[in-house]
Amino acid sequence: MTVELSLTRDPAHIRHGSNIGQPMTRTDGVLKVTGKARYAADNHPPGMVYAVIATSCIARGRVKSLDVAAAKRHPGVIDVMTPAHKPELAEDPDAKGNPFAFRMELLQSDEVRYANQAIAVVIAETLEAATEGAALLSPRYQVEIARVGLDAGEPYTPPVVGIGNPAEVRHGDIDAGIAAASKLTDSTYETPAQYHNAMEPHAIVAVWDGDRLFIDTPSQGMGFAQMRIAGLFGIPPANIHINSPFLGGGFGSKGLISGPQVLGIMAARLIGRPVKLVLRRSQMYGPVGHRPPTRQRIRIGTDDAGQLTAINHEARVTTSSFDDFYEPAADASHTLYASPAIRTAHEAVRVDTGTPLFMRAPGEATGSIVLESAIDEAAFACGIDPLEFRLKNYAEVEPTTGKPFSSKALRQCYAKAAERFGWAGRPLQPKQMRDENGFLVGWGMGTATFPAIMFQGNARAVIRADGKGVMETGAHDMGQGAWTALAQISADSLGLNFDQLTFRSGSSDLPDAGIAGGSGHTATVGAAIHNAGAAVIAKLAELATSDERSPLFGAGNAGVVARAGRLHRRDDDARSESYAEILARAGLAEVDATGSGAADATAQSQYAMHAHGAVFAEVKVDPELGQIRATRLVGAFAAGRIINPLLVESQLRGGMIWGLSFALHEEAVMDHRSGRILNANLAEYHVPVNADVPPMDVITVDEHDPHVNPLGIKGVGEIGITGSAGAVANAVFHATGIRVRNFPIKIEEIVMGLGS
Amino acid sequence: MMNFDYVRPASVADAIAVGSEKGASYLASGTNLLDLMKGGVSRPSRLVDLTRLPGLDRIEHLADGGLRIGALVRNADLAHDAGFARNYPAVAEALLSGASAQLRNAATVGGNLMQRTRCAYFYDAGSACNRRWPGAGCDALNGENRLHAVLGWSEGCIATHPSDFCVPLVALDAIVEIEGKSGRRELPLEALHRLPGETPERETALERGDLIVALRLPAEAQGFAKHARYIKVRERTSYAFAVVSAAASLRIEDGSIREARIALGGVAAKPWRAREAEQVLAGAAPDVAAYREAARAALAGAKPSGDNAFKIELAQRILVRALTLAAAGTPDRIPALPGSPFSSVAGA
Repeated sequence: MTVELSLTRDPAHIRHGSNIGQPMTRTDGVLKVTGKARYAADNHPPGMVYAVIATSCIARGRVKSLDVAAAKRHPGVIDVMTPAHKPELAEDPDAKGNPFAFRMELLQSDEVRYANQAIAVVIAETLEAATEGAALLSPRYQVEIARVGLDAGEPYTPPVVGIGNPAEVRHGDIDAGIAAASKLTDSTYETPAQYHNAMEPHAIVAVWDGDRLFIDTPSQGMGFAQMRIAGLFGIPPANIHINSPFLGGGFGSKGLISGPQVLGIMAARLIGRPVKLVLRRSQMYGPVGHRPPTRQRIRIGTDDAGQLTAINHEARVTTSSFDDFYEPAADASHTLYASPAIRTAHEAVRVDTGTPLFMRAPGEATGSIVLESAIDEAAFACGIDPLEFRLKNYAEVEPTTGKPFSSKALRQCYAKAAERFGWAGRPLQPKQMRDENGFLVGWGMGTATFPAIMFQGNARAVIRADGKGVMETGAHDMGQGAWTALAQISADSLGLNFDQLTFRSGSSDLPDAGIAGGSGHTATVGAAIHNAGAAVIAKLAELATSDERSPLFGAGNAGVVARAGRLHRRDDDARSESYAEILARAGLAEVDATGSGAADATAQSQYAMHAHGAVFAEVKVDPELGQIRATRLVGAFAAGRIINPLLVESQLRGGMIWGLSFALHEEAVMDHRSGRILNANLAEYHVPVNADVPPMDVITVDEHDPHVNPLGIKGVGEIGITGSAGAVANAVFHATGIRVRNFPIKIEEIVMGLGS
Repeated sequence: MMNFDYVRPASVADAIAVGSEKGASYLASGTNLLDLMKGGVSRPSRLVDLTRLPGLDRIEHLADGGLRIGALVRNADLAHDAGFARNYPAVAEALLSGASAQLRNAATVGGNLMQRTRCAYFYDAGSACNRRWPGAGCDALNGENRLHAVLGWSEGCIATHPSDFCVPLVALDAIVEIEGKSGRRELPLEALHRLPGETPERETALERGDLIVALRLPAEAQGFAKHARYIKVRERTSYAFAVVSAAASLRIEDGSIREARIALGGVAAKPWRAREAEQVLAGAAPDVAAYREAARAALAGAKPSGDNAFKIELAQRILVRALTLAAAGTPDRIPALPGSPFSSVAGA
């Protein structure tokens, strides 16, 4: 990070705020609502054919036979790709080149690792022919007993959890903290397997031209995808051209290229024609990652004053039989509450599923609903209001590291959300409130948090002879509005009005923008854009201030400021010159510069960096029938600088709805004998429908963070789900007096708990 | 997808002629059948598209005061027909509590009667299912079965019938008009769907080629319009099948119940008419004690088929609720959240 160019330290030429901070609607909104936005599967290059994956219906064993001849006899079928008939790969798909290289099934053997795994690919002239060809393969299996669920095997301690976090973290003396407690809550919770279920399934259109590969595919990380594909096919990454202008949601499942997408590339290689491969909805339950089930035991000790003495948070998670991803659920207890002793620990069990992966707030979502429920239990045990309890145990520094926070406006979040919600006067005891129709009413709250993460990203800025600008970065718009927010940063970074800017993104031919994940995309790419823009403006300033024919001559490089396509003298605003005039006199067609963004290691070592929030929920519960309905949600979030309030509120709202979904609806149901998922469709894998979503208030709390990155951005992609899930669950307890510890909360627990 | 013939007959007679052939399947809007075909559960070799058949999309008021609803009338059109909702409010509420607006706009009355169970094991081609493959066994038994049947099930099948629409219909003595190879016949709706017994694969009383052409509601069914409700507990507010539902219709005269019509949904392989409960209420005062006794009678023969004992308790409570709300009077308008226990919440 170039310190002298950073906004929050000492901006030289750039003034952010003309475009940043404005509630602009999505620049791609009209394209989307008119159906003109071209998603990956909308592409049909000449000569394109269709590939359909045949999937395993067993969870463990071997494929003994496939009736390839029957499939090939079906009219329109061109070829069937099997372990015995497929293009050579340059790299073993089971090789672990780096922690982000997850093993994938590319027909390397007849082994079946999980239900819905690819066992063959049928290529045909039409989608219908390929689909029927896949059905005609009639696989025969050698079946082994599937390992299903959290008790399927001997638990072990994973080497790391999440990305390189230790499986166990100890702060203070946990035994002493537990011993010192005058009250101890000890609860065990379970969270279910969940699947990303982006509206747009994983899809790819692959075209080979010699050793060059052109693909249309939704991606949250084109650079990573290029590297992986390059390794698998033995070609240089630069030969791989990925086009990914729009994603119909990703939520982490499109962060890394998945096995099925690579199978599409292999199919195109095999038959020498462009191939399209789109996963069916049911096929998304397996090879593209999921949130694993967890069982979490959490013990919270408090003293007579309601002060925490210990948090001991232990999580058991599942991972696949063949790879290692460990949901860092217990890590949610690291940062939120001041306790002299904190221990988090993980253990894992291998099961016959696809490998779990990053799913919106990995670790934070599963851990937060348990931590926030357990904090609610502890507050209740102490007879203290849940908000007061949280304020009493407010962490002034990050508890497990002792680092100060780079910024933390959580107190204001609590206050604003509580006031908007009308929390004051809430009865401590449950089952005290009824509405005019006799429904039980409950109020619950949860604290939201998510780390402010950055990856590595790059951008290239250009000012052209006509005075207009171009910003190029291979960023990813998953539907969250990244293109709009990044264009706003671009315009300000180039000192241009929004309509003077051309923003190019969504292609791997542009500078690598890193991965759109970890809620870090805007921060990372925003910093790269800021630096690229500042570097170009510095070049223009140099041209002008060193040329005696310019009105800016002699102002000195730092003596000018960029605004609306002109440089102005800092000490005399009336003296200015347009970019076009500067370039014309210099005889230049354009000036350009690149910039990069990444976390500042020094700042990171000195400060704990997190976004925070507070969510309050009201639910109503039918006192006899047990039906639950969320009726109000209020969330206040402090996430550093807000680039576009409209888009940010939309992100937060979506996250809060996901939290509601976590508490009340979402669950993949797996047959405990076969390991097959029984509700692999959107009719029976329940997420909230519009009628389930209550009136919501989303508040953003101003937060100026001078340390986190040049623009002061913390990210909002994932925080909304944390806090919200626990708030809803706690509201159900407050309404009913029933503490449900298996999520989602099911009607039978309420019906049987309420008594007749 | 497998190749199949597609025919569009011009008359009911032509439809029956081609529909009687082996491997043929009638197609109305396909909201269920096409999903089954995509999943490989149904593999008809010929689809007989009924949607252009003339005369089947009418709602007719009969001379005897009854109502005849053509099999191709769309669910949404029927529910939003003002006269229909006024005369058969519980049926309209049940219709609007089912599926989603998009599905209701497409789905037909006849198709709804013929929809298949939502048992996941029926849909999962890798599972054993006696409905799909007689004699294969039932993987739902001892499987994930918290939502399965508590009434009328057998060791061979514990699936439930998913329809909302059929629940109040069966309570109101609806009649199904059927055309077949041997001409026209009628069947009480209650006799259309079968309990599994030893032959779960025989889901209805229809023979090959039989075509439902209309549904009839008798005139006397309107006598319950002032006290009729459909209540449905489900796992989300819309686009979810019933965990358990209840239709309750009462004729109240001089402060006592002259006649009650009661049916339950989500509890059995067919919409479950609860005649024992009706008998309990005949002549009784409309109060909670009577409703509870009726509910006990309705579920007296229930037993869990798996992790679903709660449904027996829940079904009784829903029935008490439906009766309570029905006795209080049919609302002037169908609630904004049809069938929901929260239908009374203002602003919902």
